[in-house]
Amino acid sequence: MSDWRDDIFEVFQDHDIKQVYHVPDAGHSRLIEACQRSNAIRTLALTTEEEGVAVAAGAWLGGQRSAMLMQSSGVGNTVNMMGLTKTLRFPFLTLITMRGEYGEFNSWQYPMGRATPAVLEAMGVMLYPVDEAREVKATVDAAARTAFNGGQAAAVLLRQKLIGIKDFGKKKAKS
Amino acid sequence: MSSSATLHRRPLVKEILKGADDNLLVIGGLGSSNWDITDAGDRPLNMPLWGAMGAPVGMGLGLALAQPAKRVLVVTGDADLMMSLGSLATVAAQQPDNLAICVLDNEKFGETGNQASHTSPRNNGPTDSGAGADLAMIAKGCGLADSSVVREQAEVAQLVKDLRTKKGPVFRLVKVMVEKLDFVMPPQDGAHLKDRFRQALLGSA
Repeated sequence: MSDWRDDIFEVFQDHDIKQVYHVPDAGHSRLIEACQRSNAIRTLALTTEEEGVAVAAGAWLGGQRSAMLMQSSGVGNTVNMMGLTKTLRFPFLTLITMRGEYGEFNSWQYPMGRATPAVLEAMGVMLYPVDEAREVKATVDAAARTAFNGGQAAAVLLRQKLIGIKDFGKKKAKS
Repeated sequence: MSSSATLHRRPLVKEILKGADDNLLVIGGLGSSNWDITDAGDRPLNMPLWGAMGAPVGMGLGLALAQPAKRVLVVTGDADLMMSLGSLATVAAQQPDNLAICVLDNEKFGETGNQASHTSPRNNGPTDSGAGADLAMIAKGCGLADSSVVREQAEVAQLVKDLRTKKGPVFRLVKVMVEKLDFVMPPQDGAHLKDRFRQALLGSA
């Protein structure tokens, strides 16, 4: 079975995604590098997640599809800007690596991690949580269809059980 | 210091947008910039914002990358940009050669009662002191090498030329007067504004 991060890259290609936005994010690092190496995708590093919603709106105005990669901690930074997806009614796809849930060691990650689903739902974003590696491809594909065919804002929540517990160089936890 | 500005924003923006054709895509920041670009003539290829403070530069970037053959012009205010300074570095990292950013700096929060903004000078009295922030220098520091300040009517012809045709990314900070002006409003419905923009640009909503 292929790596789930490579599966996401394939879905990006299948859906003709042309711009990918990211912030510092270990969970997405392999996918970010795949996008950076692609000639079909423009990869943009952002200074804060809310920029991504604005850039995505601009890309859509210009006829291009995009996806934003972020961590659950960044969701709070996007809240007001996320309203653009409703006001302009444009397709928005985001993939969120979750922190503060499955065996999280860092207490600073819990408040926003726990609030992430409720905050996204409050802003009208549809949630696609995924825990199992084998379900990632189909889930991201479904979220992309919801976004680009259904014209909605959709978020894939890549749960911490899937990503693994950040261990700061200690022996990797089995998942 | 703000009283030293001599440029009127409405005729200035009219001059900047004069003869706008299908090659010019315009994003206008919320508040005065929105009313300014609309006063120059509402058109489908204008995207005037009624909210989303801090969005125009990012939106202009996404649009410029998606439409490299078109000219993209962002017109917004000093406080709107101050809310998204990082987006200047994000633009600089991409170096879109078709993007121009024009910041109309009146050194005030003009829509909310003219409180001093961060671009107002320091020590300007108890109710009118800012930080003396220099957005043109900040833009340069973020990596936008072609950044400068415009203050005089004599510089306006060159400003228009730079914003409309010079190889980007171009950043211009224009010091404008504090004025009480009429609201000149475009349609408000965001989905409508988005759809008419895409229809005019892409031929489909």
